Amino acid sequence: MDAIRVDGLTKRYGDVTAVDGLSFHLGRGETLGLLGGNGAGKTTTISMLLGLLIPSSGSITVLGRDMARDRFSALARMNFSSPYVALPARLSVAENLRVYGHLYGVPKLERRITELAEELELTPFLHRQAGQLSAGQKTRVALAKSLINRPDILLLDEPTASLDPDTGDWVRTWLEKYRDDSGCSILLASHNMAEVERLCSTVLMMKQGKVVDRGAPAELLTRYGRDDLEAVFLDIARNRRHAA
Amino acid sequence: MMASSGRRIWGLVYRHLALYRRSWPRMLELAYWPALQMLIWGFTASFIAGRSNQPVAIAAGTLLGGVLLWEVALRSQMGVALSFLEEVWSRNLAHVFVSPLRPWEMVAGMMVVSLMRVVIGVLPAILLAWLLYAFNLFAMGPIVIVFFLNLTVMGWWVSLAVLSLILRHGAGAEALAWSVLFGLTPFSAVFYPVSVLPAAIRPIAYALPSSHVFEGMRAAMNDGVVRWDHLAWAFGLNIAWAIVAVWLFAGQFRHARQGGALLNIGE
Repeated sequence: MDAIRVDGLTKRYGDVTAVDGLSFHLGRGETLGLLGGNGAGKTTTISMLLGLLIPSSGSITVLGRDMARDRFSALARMNFSSPYVALPARLSVAENLRVYGHLYGVPKLERRITELAEELELTPFLHRQAGQLSAGQKTRVALAKSLINRPDILLLDEPTASLDPDTGDWVRTWLEKYRDDSGCSILLASHNMAEVERLCSTVLMMKQGKVVDRGAPAELLTRYGRDDLEAVFLDIARNRRHAA
Repeated sequence: MMASSGRRIWGLVYRHLALYRRSWPRMLELAYWPALQMLIWGFTASFIAGRSNQPVAIAAGTLLGGVLLWEVALRSQMGVALSFLEEVWSRNLAHVFVSPLRPWEMVAGMMVVSLMRVVIGVLPAILLAWLLYAFNLFAMGPIVIVFFLNLTVMGWWVSLAVLSLILRHGAGAEALAWSVLFGLTPFSAVFYPVSVLPAAIRPIAYALPSSHVFEGMRAAMNDGVVRWDHLAWAFGLNIAWAIVAVWLFAGQFRHARQGGALLNIGE
C-alpha cells in the first residue's frame, strides 16, 4: 500500500486552474520532492493533501484512506511543517508540544517530549517562549511538533527556508536519519535544489499547476544534460527543451 | 472515541490556559470591562435610588442585574470568538486544522474556554456589586443559574455566526467579535421592559432569547415570581438559533475549505 496516492487532482478557483490533473504516488519510506517556481501549485497540492483545501476533482488516498471521506483518521498518521505557519509565540516550547501531543492523542506524552527535546537539541530552551527563539531554533521546534505523533507521512513545505547553510544542513541530515530509522514517507516542497537532490528519491517538476517532468534526480540531470537540478529547473522555467 | 475527543478538546483548552497563564494583560482584560461597567452603572443606580421613590429604587436594582447578566452573554460570545482569533493572530490556524481535531471539537474547546472567561470576568463584577452597592444577584434564587445558562448559550451561537462571517470575509470581519452583541442590546430589553419598545420592534425583541431572560429577571427581582413562559421561550429560541448558527458555521467552514480561506484567513 502506498503512503499517498493522488489521481487526477485538480483545483480551480473560478477561471484559474491552480493544480491541473496531478497524479503521483509516494511509496513507504520514500521521499518525493515537489519542485517548481512560485505559483506552480506546490502549496495548493500540499493543502489538498492535508484536507485544508477541497479539490475540484480527482482523488487523494492516504495510507489506504480516501481523504474526501475519512480525512481525520489519515490526519492522525500524518504531520506537517512549514515556516509560513507559526506556533503560538507566547507558549513555551514544551507547552506547544504538549498542545499538539494532546491534539494527536500521543501516548506517554511527557516522555515523547523529552525524547524529541534530546534528539532535536531543544532541551536548553524547552521552557522558553517560542516567540523568543532564533529562526534555527524555531525550525527545530516546528520539526519536533511535526514529529510529535511519530507520523507515517511527513509533509514539509520549504523546511529550510530562511535558515543559514549550517542549520539547513543540520536539518537535512536529521531528516535523512529520521526517515531511514523510522521508515517515514516524506513529501517535500522546496525551492532549494540541493536539498531536493540530496533528500528525494523522486522529483515532480511542476509548472502552472501541471507536472511537466518527473524522475529520480539523477535521471533528470541525464535527461537535461545538466550538472545540477537548478539548471534543470531553469530549463523548465524558461521553456528550454531537453538538452539530451 | 469519546476519550479521544475529550483529549483533543483538552489540548485546545490547555493551549488557552497556557496562554492566559503567561499573559497578565489578557487576564486583566477579562475582568476589566465587567468591573468597569459595574462601577458606572452601580453609581448611576445609587444616584437614582437615593433621589427617587421606592419603585424607582427597585428599577435601579434591576439595572445592576441587567448589567451583570448581559456581561455573561457578552463575555461568552467574546470567549469563543477571541479563542478562534488567537489562532488567527498567532498564524497557527493551519496547524490546528491539519490535526485530527474535528471542527465540532474545536467549537467545544472554545466553548469551555469561553465558560472560564465568563466566570473569571463576571465573578469579580458580581462581588463588586455586593461589596459596593449591597446588590446580591443571587438573591433572586437558583433561577439566576438558568438565566446564566441561557445567556451563555446565546453568546455561543452568536459567536458561531461571527466565526462564519470571519471564515467568509477574513480578518475584515474581526471587529464583529467585539461589536455584534452590543448591536443586539437595544432589542434585548436589558435595562427596560419590551413594552417600552415601539410596537414594530417588539417582534424582533421577542425573537431573541435575551429579551425573555431579562423579562424573567425583572419578574423575579420585582415581583418574586418565576416566569416559566419566558424561560421556555428563551430555551426554545436558543435551540432554534443554535441550529441555524451551526448550519451557517458548517456551510462557511466548507466554503472556506473550497476557497482556500483557511490558508490566508489572517490577511
